[in-house]
Amino acid sequence: MTPEDISRSIQRMAHQIWENNASGNLALVGLRSRGVTLAKRLKPLIESMTGEEIPLGILDIALYRDDIGLTTATPQVRSTDILFDVEGKDIILVDDVLFTGRTTRAALNALIDLGRPDRVELLVLIDREGLRELPIQANYIGKALKTYSTETVLVHLQEDDGEDSVTIVLE
Amino acid sequence: MSTFKKMMEKTALPLFSNKTILISTGSDAMTEKSKTEKAKISWKSKDCLGLRGVSRDEIELVLNTARSMKEIHSRTVKKVPPLRGKVAVSLFYEPSTRTRTSFELAATRLSADVISIAASTSSVVKGETIIDTANNLRVMGTDVIIMRHNLAGAPHHLARNIDIPVINAGDGTNEHPTQALLDMFTIREHKGQLEGLTVAIVGDIIHGRVAHSDMWGLLTMGAKVRFVGPPTLIPESVKDFGVEVYHNLDEALEGVDVINMLRIQRERMTKNFFPSSKEYSRIFGLNMERLKRCKPGVLVMHPGPINRGVEIDSDVADCKSSVILEQVTNGIAVRMALLYLLVSGEKETHEKTTDSTPSLFE
Repeated sequence: MTPEDISRSIQRMAHQIWENNASGNLALVGLRSRGVTLAKRLKPLIESMTGEEIPLGILDIALYRDDIGLTTATPQVRSTDILFDVEGKDIILVDDVLFTGRTTRAALNALIDLGRPDRVELLVLIDREGLRELPIQANYIGKALKTYSTETVLVHLQEDDGEDSVTIVLE
Repeated sequence: MSTFKKMMEKTALPLFSNKTILISTGSDAMTEKSKTEKAKISWKSKDCLGLRGVSRDEIELVLNTARSMKEIHSRTVKKVPPLRGKVAVSLFYEPSTRTRTSFELAATRLSADVISIAASTSSVVKGETIIDTANNLRVMGTDVIIMRHNLAGAPHHLARNIDIPVINAGDGTNEHPTQALLDMFTIREHKGQLEGLTVAIVGDIIHGRVAHSDMWGLLTMGAKVRFVGPPTLIPESVKDFGVEVYHNLDEALEGVDVINMLRIQRERMTKNFFPSSKEYSRIFGLNMERLKRCKPGVLVMHPGPINRGVEIDSDVADCKSSVILEQVTNGIAVRMALLYLLVSGEKETHEKTTDSTPSLFE
Protein backbone atom coordinates (compact mmCIF):
# COMPACT_ATOMS: atom_id res chain seq x y z
CA MET A 1 0.00 0.00 0.00
CA THR A 2 1.26 3.47 -0.79
CA PRO A 3 1.09 6.30 1.75
CA GLU A 4 -2.00 7.61 -0.10
CA ASP A 5 -3.69 4.19 0.06
CA ILE A 6 -3.09 4.02 3.81
CA SER A 7 -4.31 7.55 4.39
CA ARG A 8 -7.50 6.93 2.37
CA SER A 9 -8.20 3.69 4.22
CA ILE A 10 -7.88 5.42 7.55
CA GLN A 11 -10.19 8.21 6.49
CA ARG A 12 -12.78 5.76 5.20
CA MET A 13 -12.69 3.78 8.45
CA ALA A 14 -13.05 6.99 10.49
CA HIS A 15 -16.24 7.73 8.55
CA GLN A 16 -17.53 4.19 9.11
CA ILE A 17 -16.88 4.48 12.84
CA TRP A 18 -18.77 7.76 12.90
CA GLU A 19 -21.65 6.20 10.98
CA ASN A 20 -21.93 3.27 13.38
CA ASN A 21 -21.52 5.10 16.65
CA ALA A 22 -24.07 7.69 17.53
CA SER A 23 -23.87 6.84 21.23
CA GLY A 24 -21.18 9.34 22.22
CA ASN A 25 -19.51 6.70 24.37
CA LEU A 26 -16.77 6.02 21.90
CA ALA A 27 -13.21 5.28 23.01
CA LEU A 28 -10.17 4.15 21.04
CA VAL A 29 -7.72 1.59 22.38
CA GLY A 30 -4.54 1.02 20.39
CA LEU A 31 -2.49 -2.15 20.66
CA ARG A 32 1.21 -1.52 21.03
CA SER A 33 2.87 -0.28 19.10
CA ARG A 34 1.51 0.45 15.59
CA GLY A 35 -2.09 0.10 16.68
CA VAL A 36 -1.43 3.06 18.94
CA THR A 37 -0.09 5.09 16.01
CA LEU A 38 -3.15 4.23 13.93
CA ALA A 39 -5.47 5.12 16.81
CA LYS A 40 -3.69 8.46 17.18
CA ARG A 41 -4.34 9.19 13.51
CA LEU A 42 -7.99 8.15 13.73
CA LYS A 43 -8.71 10.21 16.84
CA PRO A 44 -8.66 13.73 15.30
CA LEU A 45 -10.50 12.49 12.19
CA ILE A 46 -13.39 11.08 14.22
CA GLU A 47 -13.35 14.00 16.63
CA SER A 48 -13.75 16.47 13.74
CA MET A 49 -16.92 14.63 12.73
CA THR A 50 -18.47 14.01 16.13
CA GLY A 51 -17.29 17.27 17.67
CA GLU A 52 -16.56 15.42 20.89
CA GLU A 53 -13.29 14.42 22.45
CA ILE A 54 -12.61 10.72 22.17
CA PRO A 55 -10.46 9.11 24.87
CA LEU A 56 -7.46 7.15 23.65
CA GLY A 57 -5.88 4.29 25.56
CA ILE A 58 -2.85 2.09 25.05
CA LEU A 59 -2.95 -1.64 25.64
CA ASP A 60 0.04 -3.94 26.05
CA ILE A 61 -0.83 -7.59 25.70
CA ALA A 62 2.50 -9.24 26.56
CA LEU A 63 1.22 -10.68 29.85
CA TYR A 64 -1.86 -12.13 28.14
CA ARG A 65 -0.14 -13.94 25.29
CA ASP A 66 -0.86 -17.63 24.96
CA ASP A 67 2.67 -18.54 23.87
CA ILE A 68 4.49 -17.51 27.04
CA GLY A 69 6.94 -20.28 27.87
CA LEU A 70 6.54 -21.82 24.41
CA THR A 71 8.68 -19.39 22.49
CA THR A 72 12.34 -18.91 23.24
CA ALA A 73 12.21 -15.21 23.95
CA THR A 74 10.28 -13.76 26.84
CA PRO A 75 7.92 -11.14 25.42
CA GLN A 76 8.90 -7.65 26.45
CA VAL A 77 6.34 -6.15 28.80
CA ARG A 78 5.41 -2.52 28.33
CA SER A 79 2.77 -0.53 30.12
CA THR A 80 -0.91 -0.46 29.57
CA ASP A 81 -2.02 3.13 29.72
CA ILE A 82 -5.79 3.47 29.81
CA LEU A 83 -6.67 6.47 31.91
CA PHE A 84 -10.42 6.43 31.33
CA ASP A 85 -12.92 3.99 32.80
CA VAL A 86 -13.73 1.29 30.23
CA GLU A 87 -17.02 0.56 32.01
CA GLY A 88 -19.97 1.32 29.71
CA LYS A 89 -17.78 2.48 26.80
CA ASP A 90 -18.04 1.50 23.15
CA ILE A 91 -14.45 0.56 22.56
CA ILE A 92 -12.70 0.23 19.26
CA LEU A 93 -9.58 -1.88 19.46
CA VAL A 94 -7.05 -0.75 16.88
CA ASP A 95 -4.27 -2.95 15.52
CA ASP A 96 -2.13 -2.96 12.40
CA VAL A 97 -2.56 -6.55 11.23
CA LEU A 98 -5.15 -9.24 11.97
CA PHE A 99 -3.58 -12.63 11.33
CA THR A 100 -4.23 -15.63 13.57
CA GLY A 101 -6.51 -13.69 15.91
CA ARG A 102 -4.43 -14.60 18.94
CA THR A 103 -3.33 -11.05 19.61
CA THR A 104 -6.95 -9.91 19.50
CA ARG A 105 -7.92 -12.69 21.92
CA ALA A 106 -5.21 -11.52 24.32
CA ALA A 107 -6.30 -7.90 23.89
CA LEU A 108 -9.90 -8.80 24.72
CA ASN A 109 -8.83 -10.58 27.89
CA ALA A 110 -6.57 -7.69 28.90
CA LEU A 111 -9.35 -5.19 28.25
CA ILE A 112 -11.97 -7.13 30.16
CA ASP A 113 -9.65 -7.30 33.18
CA LEU A 114 -9.97 -3.52 33.32
CA GLY A 115 -13.76 -3.46 33.40
CA ARG A 116 -16.88 -4.18 31.38
CA PRO A 117 -17.22 -2.17 28.17
CA ASP A 118 -20.67 -1.97 26.56
CA ARG A 119 -19.29 -3.03 23.22
CA VAL A 120 -15.93 -3.86 21.71
CA GLU A 121 -15.18 -3.56 18.00
CA LEU A 122 -12.00 -4.31 16.11
CA LEU A 123 -10.30 -2.13 13.53
CA VAL A 124 -7.28 -3.33 11.56
CA LEU A 125 -5.33 -1.82 8.71
CA ILE A 126 -4.60 -5.23 7.18
CA ASP A 127 -6.77 -8.33 7.46
CA ARG A 128 -4.92 -11.48 6.44
CA GLU A 129 -7.94 -13.44 5.29
CA GLY A 130 -8.34 -17.16 5.83
CA LEU A 131 -5.49 -17.60 8.31
CA ARG A 132 -7.45 -17.26 11.53
CA GLU A 133 -6.81 -19.76 14.31
CA LEU A 134 -9.60 -18.38 16.49
CA PRO A 135 -13.18 -17.28 15.70
CA ILE A 136 -12.37 -13.57 15.50
CA GLN A 137 -13.18 -11.00 12.84
CA ALA A 138 -12.68 -7.28 12.35
CA ASN A 139 -15.45 -4.70 12.12
CA TYR A 140 -13.37 -2.18 10.18
CA ILE A 141 -10.77 -3.30 7.67
CA GLY A 142 -8.31 -1.10 5.79
CA LYS A 143 -7.41 -3.77 3.31
CA ALA A 144 -7.99 -7.51 3.15
CA LEU A 145 -5.09 -9.56 1.81
CA LYS A 146 -4.80 -13.13 0.66
CA THR A 147 -1.44 -14.33 1.93
CA TYR A 148 0.30 -17.55 2.89
CA SER A 149 1.03 -18.22 6.52
CA THR A 150 4.72 -18.51 5.68
CA GLU A 151 4.80 -14.87 4.65
CA THR A 152 4.98 -11.88 6.91
CA VAL A 153 3.08 -8.67 6.44
CA LEU A 154 5.01 -5.64 7.63
CA VAL A 155 3.24 -2.40 8.36
CA HIS A 156 5.47 0.64 8.58
CA LEU A 157 4.11 3.95 9.77
CA GLN A 158 5.74 7.35 9.56
CA GLU A 159 5.74 7.94 13.32
CA ASP A 160 7.39 4.60 14.18
CA ASP A 161 9.42 3.70 11.12
CA GLY A 162 9.88 6.91 9.14
CA GLU A 163 7.62 5.89 6.26
CA ASP A 164 4.12 4.73 5.48
CA SER A 165 4.11 1.37 3.73
CA VAL A 166 2.73 -2.14 3.81
CA THR A 167 4.97 -4.91 2.53
CA ILE A 168 4.83 -8.65 2.28
CA VAL A 169 8.11 -10.18 3.26
CA LEU A 170 9.27 -13.36 1.61
CA GLU A 171 11.72 -15.73 3.16
CA MET B 1 18.49 -9.99 14.85
CA SER B 2 20.46 -7.43 12.86
CA THR B 3 21.29 -9.92 10.15
CA PHE B 4 17.62 -10.76 10.04
CA LYS B 5 16.83 -7.11 9.45
CA LYS B 6 19.25 -6.97 6.56
CA MET B 7 17.63 -10.04 5.10
CA MET B 8 14.25 -8.37 5.33
CA GLU B 9 15.50 -5.32 3.52
CA LYS B 10 16.72 -7.45 0.70
CA THR B 11 13.52 -9.39 0.28
CA ALA B 12 10.90 -6.79 1.14
CA LEU B 13 8.80 -5.78 -1.82
CA PRO B 14 6.35 -2.93 -1.89
CA LEU B 15 2.76 -4.03 -2.01
CA PHE B 16 0.50 -2.20 -4.37
CA SER B 17 -3.24 -2.29 -4.33
CA ASN B 18 -4.73 -5.55 -5.52
CA LYS B 19 -1.41 -7.00 -6.53
CA THR B 20 -0.13 -10.09 -4.89
CA ILE B 21 3.54 -10.58 -4.62
CA LEU B 22 5.89 -13.44 -5.20
CA ILE B 23 5.92 -16.06 -2.57
CA SER B 24 8.67 -18.24 -1.35
CA THR B 25 8.58 -20.76 1.43
CA GLY B 26 10.53 -20.12 4.54
CA SER B 27 10.60 -20.54 8.25
CA ASP B 28 7.47 -21.22 10.22
CA ALA B 29 4.88 -18.58 10.84
CA MET B 30 5.52 -16.03 13.49
CA THR B 31 3.20 -13.21 14.29
CA GLU B 32 3.84 -9.81 12.78
CA LYS B 33 4.46 -8.45 16.24
CA SER B 34 7.41 -10.62 17.18
CA LYS B 35 9.03 -10.24 13.79
CA THR B 36 9.13 -6.50 13.81
CA GLU B 37 10.40 -6.20 17.33
CA LYS B 38 13.94 -5.00 17.73
CA ALA B 39 16.75 -7.10 19.12
CA LYS B 40 15.74 -8.11 22.61
CA ILE B 41 17.70 -7.82 25.79
CA SER B 42 17.13 -10.69 28.14
CA TRP B 43 18.05 -11.74 31.65
CA LYS B 44 21.08 -13.90 30.95
CA SER B 45 21.42 -16.19 33.92
CA LYS B 46 19.06 -19.00 34.86
CA ASP B 47 18.91 -17.50 38.33
CA CYS B 48 19.01 -14.22 40.17
CA LEU B 49 21.61 -14.70 42.89
CA GLY B 50 23.10 -11.24 43.17
CA LEU B 51 23.74 -8.04 41.27
CA ARG B 52 27.48 -8.53 41.10
CA GLY B 53 28.26 -9.09 37.43
CA VAL B 54 24.75 -8.27 36.23
CA SER B 55 24.88 -5.89 33.25
CA ARG B 56 23.30 -2.49 32.96
CA ASP B 57 21.00 -3.73 30.19
CA GLU B 58 19.69 -6.50 32.42
CA ILE B 59 19.05 -4.18 35.34
CA GLU B 60 17.26 -1.76 33.03
CA LEU B 61 15.17 -4.61 31.65
CA VAL B 62 13.98 -5.52 35.15
CA LEU B 63 13.28 -1.89 36.08
CA ASN B 64 11.37 -1.22 32.85
CA THR B 65 9.35 -4.40 33.19
CA ALA B 66 8.62 -3.47 36.80
CA ARG B 67 7.18 -0.16 35.67
CA SER B 68 4.57 -2.03 33.66
CA MET B 69 3.93 -4.37 36.57
CA LYS B 70 3.30 -1.43 38.86
CA GLU B 71 0.41 -0.32 36.67
CA ILE B 72 -1.37 -3.59 37.53
CA HIS B 73 -1.22 -2.57 41.19
CA SER B 74 -3.60 0.33 40.50
CA ARG B 75 -6.25 -1.84 38.84
CA THR B 76 -9.35 -3.21 40.51
CA VAL B 77 -8.41 -6.71 39.36
CA LYS B 78 -4.78 -6.98 40.47
CA LYS B 79 -4.00 -10.12 38.56
CA VAL B 80 -2.54 -11.00 35.16
CA PRO B 81 -2.19 -14.46 33.63
CA PRO B 82 1.41 -15.05 32.38
CA LEU B 83 2.49 -17.61 35.01
CA ARG B 84 -0.74 -19.59 35.08
CA GLY B 85 -0.06 -23.18 36.08
CA LYS B 86 3.44 -22.42 37.37
CA VAL B 87 4.47 -23.13 40.93
CA ALA B 88 6.70 -20.86 42.98
CA VAL B 89 8.12 -22.09 46.27
CA SER B 90 9.50 -19.76 48.88
CA LEU B 91 12.05 -21.56 50.99
CA PHE B 92 13.05 -19.42 53.95
CA TYR B 93 15.73 -20.53 56.37
CA GLU B 94 15.60 -17.17 58.12
CA PRO B 95 12.67 -15.11 59.42
CA SER B 96 11.08 -12.55 57.12
CA THR B 97 7.72 -10.88 56.71
CA ARG B 98 8.24 -8.19 54.11
CA THR B 99 10.30 -10.06 51.56
CA ARG B 100 8.33 -13.28 51.77
CA THR B 101 4.93 -11.61 51.56
CA SER B 102 6.19 -9.45 48.72
CA PHE B 103 7.43 -12.45 46.72
CA GLU B 104 4.26 -14.40 47.40
CA LEU B 105 2.03 -11.51 46.34
CA ALA B 106 4.17 -10.96 43.25
CA ALA B 107 3.85 -14.61 42.20
CA THR B 108 0.13 -14.63 42.98
CA ARG B 109 -0.49 -11.52 40.88
CA LEU B 110 1.15 -13.27 37.95
CA SER B 111 -1.27 -16.18 38.53
CA ALA B 112 1.38 -18.64 39.77
CA ASP B 113 0.59 -20.95 42.66
CA VAL B 114 2.69 -20.29 45.71
CA ILE B 115 3.90 -22.69 48.36
CA SER B 116 5.68 -21.24 51.31
CA ILE B 117 8.06 -23.23 53.46
CA ALA B 118 9.70 -22.06 56.64
CA ALA B 119 12.74 -24.16 57.48
CA SER B 120 11.83 -24.28 61.15
CA THR B 121 8.65 -26.25 60.43
CA SER B 122 9.98 -28.46 57.62
CA SER B 123 12.11 -31.59 57.25
CA VAL B 124 15.17 -29.38 57.51
CA VAL B 125 14.99 -29.88 61.26
CA LYS B 126 15.30 -33.63 60.60
CA GLY B 127 18.62 -33.03 58.89
CA GLU B 128 17.70 -32.84 55.21
CA THR B 129 20.19 -30.97 52.98
CA ILE B 130 19.21 -27.92 50.94
CA ILE B 131 19.64 -29.80 47.67
CA ASP B 132 17.56 -32.74 48.83
CA THR B 133 14.78 -30.46 50.01
CA ALA B 134 14.87 -28.50 46.75
CA ASN B 135 14.98 -31.60 44.55
CA ASN B 136 11.94 -32.98 46.32
CA LEU B 137 10.18 -29.72 45.61
CA ARG B 138 11.34 -29.80 42.00
CA VAL B 139 9.94 -33.25 41.29
CA MET B 140 6.63 -32.08 42.71
CA GLY B 141 6.52 -29.63 39.79
CA THR B 142 8.06 -26.47 41.16
CA ASP B 143 9.10 -23.92 38.53
CA VAL B 144 11.07 -21.47 40.65
CA ILE B 145 12.59 -21.45 44.14
CA ILE B 146 12.85 -18.26 46.14
CA MET B 147 15.38 -18.79 48.87
CA ARG B 148 16.61 -17.00 51.95
CA HIS B 149 19.39 -18.46 54.03
CA ASN B 150 21.54 -17.30 56.90
CA LEU B 151 24.69 -18.51 55.15
CA ALA B 152 26.25 -16.54 52.31
CA GLY B 153 26.35 -18.60 49.13
CA ALA B 154 23.57 -21.03 50.01
CA PRO B 155 21.37 -20.02 47.04
CA HIS B 156 24.42 -20.21 44.76
CA HIS B 157 25.09 -23.73 45.97
CA LEU B 158 21.50 -24.70 45.27
CA ALA B 159 21.42 -22.99 41.87
CA ARG B 160 24.46 -24.95 40.71
CA ASN B 161 22.78 -28.20 41.61
CA ILE B 162 19.26 -27.76 40.31
CA ASP B 163 17.90 -26.93 36.86
CA ILE B 164 15.09 -24.57 37.83
CA PRO B 165 15.58 -20.84 38.51
CA VAL B 166 16.67 -19.85 42.01
CA ILE B 167 16.06 -16.35 43.33
CA ASN B 168 18.17 -15.15 46.21
CA ALA B 169 15.94 -13.45 48.78
CA GLY B 170 18.93 -12.70 50.98
CA ASP B 171 21.88 -14.94 51.80
CA GLY B 172 23.60 -14.19 55.07
CA THR B 173 25.75 -11.10 54.81
CA ASN B 174 26.30 -11.47 51.05
CA GLU B 175 23.57 -10.11 48.78
CA HIS B 176 19.87 -9.26 48.63
CA PRO B 177 19.42 -8.47 44.93
CA THR B 178 15.66 -7.85 44.82
CA GLN B 179 15.94 -5.25 47.60
CA ALA B 180 18.60 -3.41 45.60
CA LEU B 181 16.46 -3.61 42.46
CA LEU B 182 13.48 -2.13 44.26
CA ASP B 183 15.72 0.57 45.77
CA MET B 184 16.93 1.48 42.30
CA PHE B 185 13.37 1.37 40.94
CA THR B 186 12.21 3.77 43.68
CA ILE B 187 15.13 6.15 43.13
CA ARG B 188 14.54 6.13 39.39
CA GLU B 189 10.84 6.90 39.84
CA HIS B 190 11.70 10.01 41.84
CA LYS B 191 14.89 11.16 40.17
CA GLY B 192 14.25 10.00 36.60
CA GLN B 193 17.57 8.22 36.32
CA LEU B 194 20.37 6.69 38.37
CA GLU B 195 23.35 7.91 36.41
CA GLY B 196 25.18 10.73 38.12
CA LEU B 197 23.32 10.53 41.44
CA THR B 198 25.13 10.26 44.76
CA VAL B 199 23.72 7.73 47.20
CA ALA B 200 24.80 7.53 50.84
CA ILE B 201 24.37 4.13 52.43
CA VAL B 202 24.62 4.52 56.17
CA GLY B 203 25.12 1.95 58.88
CA ASP B 204 26.08 -1.67 59.11
CA ILE B 205 27.93 -2.16 55.83
CA ILE B 206 29.88 -5.25 56.85
CA HIS B 207 26.76 -7.27 57.68
CA GLY B 208 24.46 -5.45 55.27
CA ARG B 209 23.58 -7.60 52.28
CA VAL B 210 21.37 -4.76 51.07
CA ALA B 211 24.39 -2.45 51.09
CA HIS B 212 26.36 -4.95 49.02
CA SER B 213 23.67 -5.46 46.39
CA ASP B 214 22.93 -1.72 46.30
CA MET B 215 26.62 -1.07 45.73
CA TRP B 216 26.92 -3.46 42.78
CA GLY B 217 23.69 -2.26 41.18
CA LEU B 218 24.23 1.46 41.67
CA LEU B 219 27.83 1.38 40.47
CA THR B 220 26.76 -0.54 37.36
CA MET B 221 24.08 2.06 36.69
CA GLY B 222 26.57 4.92 36.93
CA ALA B 223 25.68 6.30 40.37
CA LYS B 224 28.19 7.28 43.07
CA VAL B 225 28.05 5.33 46.31
CA ARG B 226 29.15 6.57 49.74
CA PHE B 227 29.41 4.09 52.60
CA VAL B 228 29.00 5.73 55.97
CA GLY B 229 29.49 4.22 59.42
CA PRO B 230 31.97 3.49 62.18
CA PRO B 231 35.26 1.93 60.98
CA THR B 232 34.29 -1.31 62.71
CA LEU B 233 31.29 -1.70 60.39
CA ILE B 234 32.95 -0.83 57.05
CA PRO B 235 35.67 -3.09 55.67
CA GLU B 236 38.60 -1.16 54.21
CA SER B 237 38.58 -3.29 51.07
CA VAL B 238 35.33 -1.77 49.73
CA LYS B 239 37.33 1.21 48.44
CA ASP B 240 38.69 -1.12 45.75
CA PHE B 241 35.21 -1.37 44.23
CA GLY B 242 34.99 2.38 43.67
CA VAL B 243 32.92 3.54 46.63
CA GLU B 244 33.79 6.42 48.93
CA VAL B 245 34.04 5.71 52.66
CA TYR B 246 33.03 8.22 55.32
CA HIS B 247 33.15 7.96 59.07
CA ASN B 248 31.42 11.28 59.66
CA LEU B 249 27.73 11.36 58.78
CA ASP B 250 27.46 15.14 58.40
CA GLU B 251 30.31 15.23 55.91
CA ALA B 252 28.90 12.26 54.05
CA LEU B 253 25.44 13.76 53.64
CA GLU B 254 26.73 16.85 51.90
CA GLY B 255 25.30 16.99 48.39
CA VAL B 256 23.75 13.51 48.36
CA ASP B 257 20.56 12.79 46.40
CA VAL B 258 19.55 9.69 48.33
CA ILE B 259 20.15 8.48 51.88
CA ASN B 260 19.67 4.79 52.51
CA MET B 261 19.66 4.03 56.24
CA LEU B 262 20.44 0.46 57.21
CA ARG B 263 19.44 -1.42 60.30
CA ILE B 264 22.08 -2.47 62.79
CA GLN B 265 22.08 -6.25 62.42
CA ARG B 266 22.43 -7.26 66.05
CA GLU B 267 21.66 -10.87 65.21
CA ARG B 268 24.78 -11.13 63.05
CA MET B 269 27.15 -9.41 65.45
CA THR B 270 29.48 -11.78 67.24
CA LYS B 271 31.43 -9.07 69.03
CA ASN B 272 31.00 -5.45 70.04
CA PHE B 273 31.25 -3.19 66.99
CA PHE B 274 30.26 0.02 68.84
CA PRO B 275 29.79 0.97 72.49
CA SER B 276 26.01 1.49 72.66
CA SER B 277 22.90 2.01 70.56
CA LYS B 278 22.51 5.45 72.06
CA GLU B 279 25.96 6.52 71.03
CA TYR B 280 25.50 5.01 67.56
CA SER B 281 22.25 6.90 67.17
CA ARG B 282 23.87 10.19 68.18
CA ILE B 283 26.75 9.80 65.72
CA PHE B 284 25.25 7.86 62.83
CA GLY B 285 21.47 8.20 63.28
CA LEU B 286 19.43 10.30 60.85
CA ASN B 287 17.48 13.01 62.68
CA MET B 288 15.48 16.01 61.47
CA GLU B 289 18.32 18.42 62.13
CA ARG B 290 20.66 16.47 59.84
CA LEU B 291 17.96 16.00 57.20
CA LYS B 292 17.28 19.75 57.06
CA ARG B 293 20.91 20.40 56.17
CA CYS B 294 20.66 18.04 53.16
CA LYS B 295 20.10 19.01 49.55
CA PRO B 296 16.42 19.82 48.84
CA GLY B 297 14.54 16.86 47.40
CA VAL B 298 16.76 14.29 49.09
CA LEU B 299 15.15 10.86 49.38
CA VAL B 300 15.21 8.95 52.66
CA MET B 301 15.13 5.19 52.26
CA HIS B 302 15.27 2.20 54.56
CA PRO B 303 15.02 -1.47 53.62
CA GLY B 304 13.19 -2.30 56.85
CA PRO B 305 12.63 -3.45 59.49
CA ILE B 306 13.20 -0.04 61.06
CA ASN B 307 14.64 0.34 64.55
CA ARG B 308 13.06 3.69 65.29
CA GLY B 309 15.29 5.89 67.39
CA VAL B 310 18.44 3.92 66.55
CA GLU B 311 19.46 4.45 62.92
CA ILE B 312 16.55 6.75 62.07
CA ASP B 313 14.30 8.99 64.15
CA SER B 314 10.56 8.45 64.01
CA ASP B 315 9.79 11.90 62.60
CA VAL B 316 12.32 11.37 59.80
CA ALA B 317 10.95 7.93 58.94
CA ASP B 318 7.47 9.42 58.57
CA CYS B 319 8.37 12.73 56.92
CA LYS B 320 7.72 13.87 53.36
CA SER B 321 11.19 12.98 52.11
CA SER B 322 10.76 9.39 53.26
CA VAL B 323 9.89 6.84 50.59
CA ILE B 324 10.16 3.86 52.92
CA LEU B 325 6.62 2.61 52.37
CA GLU B 326 6.79 3.27 48.64
CA GLN B 327 9.79 0.94 48.58
CA VAL B 328 7.56 -1.80 49.96
CA THR B 329 4.92 -1.25 47.27
CA ASN B 330 7.55 -1.14 44.55
CA GLY B 331 9.05 -4.37 45.87
CA ILE B 332 6.05 -6.30 44.56
CA ALA B 333 6.37 -4.79 41.08
CA VAL B 334 10.10 -5.51 40.90
CA ARG B 335 9.65 -9.10 42.08
CA MET B 336 6.83 -9.60 39.57
CA ALA B 337 9.17 -8.40 36.84
CA LEU B 338 11.93 -10.75 37.93
CA LEU B 339 9.65 -13.75 38.30
CA TYR B 340 8.17 -13.05 34.88
CA LEU B 341 11.59 -12.75 33.26
CA LEU B 342 13.00 -15.87 34.92
CA VAL B 343 10.03 -18.20 34.70
CA SER B 344 8.22 -17.34 31.48
CA GLY B 345 11.05 -18.11 29.04
CA GLU B 346 11.79 -21.54 27.68
CA LYS B 347 13.98 -23.38 30.14
CA GLU B 348 16.33 -25.08 27.69
CA THR B 349 17.58 -21.77 26.37
CA HIS B 350 18.87 -20.56 29.70
CA GLU B 351 22.59 -20.54 30.10
CA LYS B 352 23.95 -22.34 33.05
CA THR B 353 24.58 -19.85 35.77
CA THR B 354 28.14 -18.58 35.79
CA ASP B 355 28.11 -16.91 39.12
CA SER B 356 31.42 -16.75 40.89
CA THR B 357 31.89 -17.51 44.53
CA PRO B 358 29.96 -15.07 46.64
CA SER B 359 30.72 -13.01 49.68
CA LEU B 360 33.35 -10.38 49.49
CA PHE B 361 33.55 -9.53 53.12
CA GLU B 362 33.86 -12.90 54.75
